[in-house]
Amino acid sequence: MSAISNVMRRELTGYFATPVAYVFLIIFLVMTGIFAFYLGNFYERGFADLNPFFRFHPWLYLFLVPAISMRLWAEERRSGTIELLLTLPLTTMQAVLGKFLAAWLFIGLALVLTLPMWLTVNYLGSPDNGVILAAYLGSWLMAGGFLAIGSCMSALTRNQVVAFILSIVVCFLFLLSGLPMVMNLFIGWAPQIVLDGIASLSFLKHFADISKGVIDLRDLVYFTLVIGFWLLANVLILDIKKAD
Amino acid sequence: MIEAKSLCKSYGGFKAVDDLSFTVEAGQVLGFLGPNGAGKSTTMKMLTGFLAPTSGTALVNDIDVVEQSVAARRNIGYLPEGAPSYGEMTVLQFLTFIAHARAIAKSEVPESVENAIRKLNLTGVKHQPIETLSKGFKRRVGLAQAIIHDPQILILDEPTDGLDPNQKREVRGLIRAMAKDKIIIISTHILEEVEAVCNRVMIIAEGRLLADDSPQGLIKRSRYHNAVSLVVEAPEKVASSLSELPQVAKAELREGELTLFPTADEGLFEAVTAAIGENHWQVSALRLEAGRLDEVFHSITRKEASA
Repeated sequence: MSAISNVMRRELTGYFATPVAYVFLIIFLVMTGIFAFYLGNFYERGFADLNPFFRFHPWLYLFLVPAISMRLWAEERRSGTIELLLTLPLTTMQAVLGKFLAAWLFIGLALVLTLPMWLTVNYLGSPDNGVILAAYLGSWLMAGGFLAIGSCMSALTRNQVVAFILSIVVCFLFLLSGLPMVMNLFIGWAPQIVLDGIASLSFLKHFADISKGVIDLRDLVYFTLVIGFWLLANVLILDIKKAD
Repeated sequence: MIEAKSLCKSYGGFKAVDDLSFTVEAGQVLGFLGPNGAGKSTTMKMLTGFLAPTSGTALVNDIDVVEQSVAARRNIGYLPEGAPSYGEMTVLQFLTFIAHARAIAKSEVPESVENAIRKLNLTGVKHQPIETLSKGFKRRVGLAQAIIHDPQILILDEPTDGLDPNQKREVRGLIRAMAKDKIIIISTHILEEVEAVCNRVMIIAEGRLLADDSPQGLIKRSRYHNAVSLVVEAPEKVASSLSELPQVAKAELREGELTLFPTADEGLFEAVTAAIGENHWQVSALRLEAGRLDEVFHSITRKEASA
């Protein structure tokens, strides 16, 4: 446990030692604001809820989470520190978890900084705060799913740009897997059970449930499984291909 | 103790390390010597648990580096090639991170970090981000992280690469000072380094072990061992007359210096000095050769390449 938290703390220190953290936080806050107020018609709708705010999170994450995750392992490969990190007395799993948790906590911090949105909506009306809390939780879980994909993609290459693009592509497929755009590729030849399976992988569908305030165990299990699967793949990739 | 048992590493069809077996005991400073791409770094990566061997294994203090990688790593301090470190961290932050990762007790972390900083003369830069430091300082930060937990085994991949002559001296002094009761393996392609710090040398080329000896033992393999070199007036004449001596196998003249190679008979140096005295030759330099490591290295690794 202490090995994981040590790696996590180092990673977090690294974020704040460079402008990366500040640039990300500012852009995240500005973008969530723009989406909620302009695209989501936060005021005009006349409802006291944060739906217009949360509705755009999946799309925001699609680009912002890979921006955080791309450096996780690609940078270790490029600078050679992967050899230092993975010859310390800790398992590959501990290193992967430490780095993942650091990035996940960091995104959690970005979400916490959006609390003025929540204060505003409470000032203007009386929203269902339970729903809002569930939506925050769902948003953070979904970010974890994106992040696990991104971390795994980042382990494939020493080039951060390649990691960024790969992550966006895979995240995009997961995001849209329930929509006709992806489903049309499979309809007509794949059996129904496969179609159902692909459709149930959609981030959008599971996030929509939680953001309505319905915390279904299946949605929680879904995101946990997604995170677990991609982090395990991440460990395997590192173990198979450590040096370049 | 380190025991390598038939270590092999291949990439596709290419054998980077080919059936390497050796044992290293406490107190030995072992130098891996070999041309670039000989498999020195790959061997070190396998010993430190970074790369899994294709076949074979190694025991570090009786712990298998493949089966119990994490436990084996606890005994080792490792400086990877190029001394990588997290550039955005300060020296102090970085060493503190390593100290925690090395499972040093929390209360002893500051002391271990300070110790390492003092040993490597990093006090003046400890609050600077590592990426702002010069190459020499970065290398010393790399060494500091390798010794921070006072490991019984130190594996240093090109520890003095990129250092200036004074810094090289310092690092070599440090290695010699730590050598007692420890196992130290360094890789290098600098021959003088082997003579300066190692008490055992393994010459590796194309992944295979070609020679395993002490530096003195290797030097004795040189054809220059016990040869006599002199600078003299009219060297051609002197050469032909000295070639008559039974102790001289061969005389070679190169850039004004005459070198006489010994036969099995002893006493070449004495015979040459006696001849100089008798003939009143004007000698401006005269020395007994110990042997030349570069020539031994060259002949051992070249033989391999042409075979």
